[in-house]
Amino acid sequence: MSVATGERVIEFRDALREAMSEEMRNDTRVFLLGEEVAQYDGAYKVSKGMLDEFGERRVIDTPISESGFSGMAIGAAMRGLRPIVEFMSWSFSLVAADPILNNAAKMLYMSGGQFGCPIVFRGNDGAGGQLASTHSWSVESLYANVPGIKMAIPYDAYDAKGLLKTAIQDDNPVFFLESERLLSTTAHVPEEAYTIPFGKALTRRVGTDCTIISFGRPLHFCLEAAEELAKEGIDCEVIDGRTIRPLDIDSMVTSVKKTSACVVVDQSWSFASVGSEIASQIHAFCFDDLDNHVYRVHSDDVPTPYAYNLEQAYLPNSRKICEAVRQATYNA
Amino acid sequence: MTNTSPKSVIPSEPSKKTGAKLNFSNVPIPEKGVLLGWLRQMLLIREFEVRTMQAYQNRLIGGFCHIYIGQEAIAVGSIAAVNDDDPVVLAYRDHGHALARGMDPKNCMAEMFGRIGGCAKGKGGSMHMFDAEHYLYGGHGIVGAQTPLGTGLAFATKYEDEIINGGKSNHVTLCYLGDGALNQGCFYEAMNLASLQDLPVIFVLENNRYSMGTSIERGTSMAHDLRVKSEAHGIHHAIVDGKNVINLYQDFKSIADWCREESRPFFVEAQTYRYKGHSMSDPRKYRTKEEESNEEHNDCIDSLCAYLREESDVTEDAVKQMLRQVKSQVKQAVEWAKNSPEPPIEELYTDVYTDHWGPYTGTSKPEMLEGDA
Repeated sequence: MSVATGERVIEFRDALREAMSEEMRNDTRVFLLGEEVAQYDGAYKVSKGMLDEFGERRVIDTPISESGFSGMAIGAAMRGLRPIVEFMSWSFSLVAADPILNNAAKMLYMSGGQFGCPIVFRGNDGAGGQLASTHSWSVESLYANVPGIKMAIPYDAYDAKGLLKTAIQDDNPVFFLESERLLSTTAHVPEEAYTIPFGKALTRRVGTDCTIISFGRPLHFCLEAAEELAKEGIDCEVIDGRTIRPLDIDSMVTSVKKTSACVVVDQSWSFASVGSEIASQIHAFCFDDLDNHVYRVHSDDVPTPYAYNLEQAYLPNSRKICEAVRQATYNA
Repeated sequence: MTNTSPKSVIPSEPSKKTGAKLNFSNVPIPEKGVLLGWLRQMLLIREFEVRTMQAYQNRLIGGFCHIYIGQEAIAVGSIAAVNDDDPVVLAYRDHGHALARGMDPKNCMAEMFGRIGGCAKGKGGSMHMFDAEHYLYGGHGIVGAQTPLGTGLAFATKYEDEIINGGKSNHVTLCYLGDGALNQGCFYEAMNLASLQDLPVIFVLENNRYSMGTSIERGTSMAHDLRVKSEAHGIHHAIVDGKNVINLYQDFKSIADWCREESRPFFVEAQTYRYKGHSMSDPRKYRTKEEESNEEHNDCIDSLCAYLREESDVTEDAVKQMLRQVKSQVKQAVEWAKNSPEPPIEELYTDVYTDHWGPYTGTSKPEMLEGDA
């Protein structure tokens, strides 16, 4: 099963909770910690009710102390425990940059393979809604640069559960990037257990004229754009990378070889980004297949503004994606 | 040499959760054989560091390299006070602790030489001594970064002992830091979490009075009374003489037993001095030759030798013979390390992930995670 089907419909946040709860039932080494995850039921209610089921020793409220509790969780992971660390926002992970990048990512290598770090860092990534610049980070490009980590970005509730279960079972550090704007969205999620493998992209829309590649929330804008463009006779293929590390460049290349045009949509800034990396790889591997260079849609290269209209203008949206596809396919 | 409790224990408020009070046991001075073992370890560390400096000058060692000479008693005395399976985590001045913990000098030296026989296959170097067999969770190169890890190791042992194994918490973690780490925010976060969670971790401050070239008075507020640093977190505190290995052992045994029993953190300031520079490239212009000379006259190895002569009839010759053996052992370690091959180039790409990986080059595809999909 690779996409959401079936009777049962639940919210994205419920899917995340189910993934964590199932893994915690299966493996005593798994525990959850973070700000307000226990008594408060989670700042975004992702961990609602988990304290009641697992108790305060396994669902642990931490103070606002990202550097400290990230490092603590990494120390625990070095012993073989499997912590899930909730960042209320990935924006707050910046004060934990040293432990998550210098310790979690490199521990296995620096110790010559002796101490791994089976840990999941998860939380909201990307603009929430008028939170202004310090709280609106899209960290994917910043962190994807670092070898040693894996990075997953779920598109809907189905992926949220399947990818998070894979993340918790993985023996490596996984950065799991959710979107506050998607937490209340719903999808079909089966009752029975399933996982979604890392490094396997999913084609969310089949098309022939242009490949659109994205991850997470912007995929929804890509699919909107594809419907709009279909009315103009431009048939887009939309690829959900699902994970950034590892990156399923093979699936992307296969699609671009078919369509000969490509647009990459990445909600982080453009300079030295996931988008520029994918574009570079597509140029390298599809050099003789492309009818045009790869076009990219990012957030604008400015700090995230507060004003509603400015924030909307700043973010990737279906209008910008449509324009990029028209240019990439010489329909502008 | 006979006092059996720390010189200075501050009766800060006991944990509100456990009501745990300080109640130190009377730790006897171990028998002569044990003391000789400590002497041998301290001589080994010193000789190892002398050879390390030599190898560095001869360019067999690269990068940054921090020498432990002068501080040997702390690693030996404190590690002797805990169990073999208690976790130990270190800062970057870590060769001495690694040897005191039982790492073979060959592997320690080979690590610095960047050879496959190193404790981390040559991937970590001088500042990053890891040894799973000896529960050594690394030297760590970023000042203070090891302190949240120490809290986490203590969290893990307690979780394992109580939640997974259903017993009583029965481990204590030794987490070492230098006085430079007193000025890093993460150390206070680490103490706060350890206190909140009642974790059995001893933060061992090796106060050698200088963070690189900055004296503690210039870099640390309240340098004259570091008790306040842990009191703010309700963590008990002791000041111990970092040059007296017997007292160090007795104090650490008391403290470790207490932490193990009560499942609480502790902050120990061991007052010491590093004889050499911060790293190999340090001309030591920030302190006087007179200060260095005064400190070297109060030496941890000399004082143990004096004690053994006076109290245990250990002769000068016996010590000299031990030193000869140690010198030969270190010489062999250097030769062994020299003969250990460089890591094969394939090692560049191992241990990045637990599954085989990569690399990304931008223009070639990485080998995807085999068996992972």
